[in-house]
Amino acid sequence: MIDDAGVVVAFWVIAVSTVVCALMVAAVRNLVHAVLFLALTFVGVAGIYIVLAADFVALVQVLIYAGAVGVLMTFAIMLTPAADRRNSETIFQAPAAVLAGLVLAIVTFVAYDTEWRISGRDAFPATAASLGEAFLKPYVVPFEVVSVLLMTAMIGAIVLTREEGDDV
Amino acid sequence: MTGALLTIITDNWWDIRDLSNLSGAIRDLVSDAGGPGWLVYVVAGLLGAAGIVTFVGVTAIINIWIERRVVGRMQSRLGPNRPGPVGLLQPLADAIKLMQKEVLQPKLADALVFTAAPIAFTVPGIAVLAVVPWGRNMTLASLDAGIVFIFAMSSLAALAVFIGGYGSNNKYALFGSMRVIAMLVTYEIPIVMSLLGIAMFAGTMNLDGIVRFQEDHWLFLIMLQPLAFVIYFMSSSAELNRTPADLAEAESEIAGGYHVEYSGMKFGLYYAAELINCVTVSAIIATLFLGGWWAYKLDEIVPGWMIYIGKVYAVYFLFIWTRGTLPRFRIDQLLAFAWKWMTPMALVNVLMVAAEVLIWEETGWSAGVLLPIYVVLNNALALALIVAWVRVFAPRFERFPDRPRFYSTIDVPSLPAVAPVQPGTQSQ
Amino acid sequence: MSSVVLASVSLENVLVIGALLFSIGLYVSLSKRNAVGILMGVELMLNAVNVTFLAFSRYVESPRPLDGQVFAMFVIAIAAAEAAVALALAVAVYRHRETVNIDEIDLLRW
Repeated sequence: MIDDAGVVVAFWVIAVSTVVCALMVAAVRNLVHAVLFLALTFVGVAGIYIVLAADFVALVQVLIYAGAVGVLMTFAIMLTPAADRRNSETIFQAPAAVLAGLVLAIVTFVAYDTEWRISGRDAFPATAASLGEAFLKPYVVPFEVVSVLLMTAMIGAIVLTREEGDDV
Repeated sequence: MTGALLTIITDNWWDIRDLSNLSGAIRDLVSDAGGPGWLVYVVAGLLGAAGIVTFVGVTAIINIWIERRVVGRMQSRLGPNRPGPVGLLQPLADAIKLMQKEVLQPKLADALVFTAAPIAFTVPGIAVLAVVPWGRNMTLASLDAGIVFIFAMSSLAALAVFIGGYGSNNKYALFGSMRVIAMLVTYEIPIVMSLLGIAMFAGTMNLDGIVRFQEDHWLFLIMLQPLAFVIYFMSSSAELNRTPADLAEAESEIAGGYHVEYSGMKFGLYYAAELINCVTVSAIIATLFLGGWWAYKLDEIVPGWMIYIGKVYAVYFLFIWTRGTLPRFRIDQLLAFAWKWMTPMALVNVLMVAAEVLIWEETGWSAGVLLPIYVVLNNALALALIVAWVRVFAPRFERFPDRPRFYSTIDVPSLPAVAPVQPGTQSQ
Repeated sequence: MSSVVLASVSLENVLVIGALLFSIGLYVSLSKRNAVGILMGVELMLNAVNVTFLAFSRYVESPRPLDGQVFAMFVIAIAAAEAAVALALAVAVYRHRETVNIDEIDLLRW
């Protein structure tokens, strides 16, 4: 249970601004602005992680999402200079909105309807060390698989973006 | 993150040897007056933040003068010397000039991005200063994953620079931004790898813990990790866009790079942010490699935060030195240097540290015996690797610099023979 | 710790925030025309999933409560890989078609 007044206020401020930034991603009419609001959303989500006592995951979130993925997306927009940058919608806008609303309604209903087995535990103490243990003991095989996956993705990205006739 | 913020030691509040006494006294005052727990935290956090922002502001102003004077001396000129005694009022003059200037904005610039970029560029550098220990009890936020926090903040600065270049709607600004991104992405790897060695030796990523490790084992980590220090210093000077690697704003190539369109105080913010980032990196180096506020027996006499600031400025002097004396790299040289030397060396270093820490833990020998051996071993390794790299990979003429280089290769055509002019034929 | 309890953040609150982010991501990824925009929606959805993972890890009874955080880390790693490959695809498609609008990339349509 999180009931420290400062943390509660922080959570709601962060949560509302994160959702507003996420809405702006959908609403703004300029793709680059959308990416910037997305980066803000990532930072806000990192704030939510901190409220949920996941400090290490929050830092990794800022490092990878706001830093790397944000830059990557800006790069992709820069590398497609003649493409449409209006952030416009296809004909599926209305069905997508309906579907998203339905998902929101269902998940909210389920969240409030289920009897969760809430444990009254305190916030985790700093998690970096115990996460490291988890990665190297019970989860060592998935950890290695993820590293292979990242390597594969990197090579794949290079192969995909190589110009034909590049012999480097 | 309700973890340890400021810890209080019971001492007199006016004792400036430990500034946490003062903030602790104010905190006690709040809680004695019946303030709830979270208010005490907020007050403590605000006090620390105010202290750090004050430090940042004052150093940014002082550093303008220091940097220009020192670089001037290194380049055999005087530097600013008109306003005030020995030019001391130069920062004031700069600030007045920048504030008076009109803040121009290109007509086709992206107004939101153009304005947000300098702010977003300034914030991460200041935020990093929150996790460094300024004294024995003077850490604003003693983060358990402090090193990761440093990486996270430095990656945020990349996005800020990039959007600044994009928002200016200027080709040169975008060139500068692209260079920044290329450099940041490349140098992020050696930086992470070099600090990994530190974290492995100290067994923690908490900056307080790393300083405590150095205090416990009676050495600076620069002795244990000379290679990591060299790698981190070079890589961070590339990340800071300082002169050996200031390709992003190379005036002679791309006319100022990502801030070419900025003027007035927006440019001033960029300028200040670069100085602040440099101080921040100096602070990180002083903490991780030079023992932070601890200096053998000295910290029992001199307040820890004074020692710390002294060390920060010593490292900052190194940065000014490289800036004042080294010529600029080409972009391909800089990137090749990172991939072909820094990253392999950092990997070798990590491997070495891993082996050493494993031996230390498995054999259980005392640190007093092992660490001096490691110091000798790692210094020898660093020296050998640097010398070997220079010998093997440097271009031939740099390996043998006394051999004349262009003497035989450049073919200078001889001048055509001109008949001597006779004095009598000249007048017609 | 606090003497005055104003309110508290319950599991349901966090789940609703996650659901909001997820549905915004779903809307963005289904409705946007630009491939990069679609990818933004996907990233939003992955973030929402992470919020949910961490919320369960924080609140719900479990013998190993930290597993939620481990899963979140895996999600982040895979999302990074996915972003790299997807953006490379977008750039590769742009080379051939001069556009990244998915409703114009319709070579296989009969």
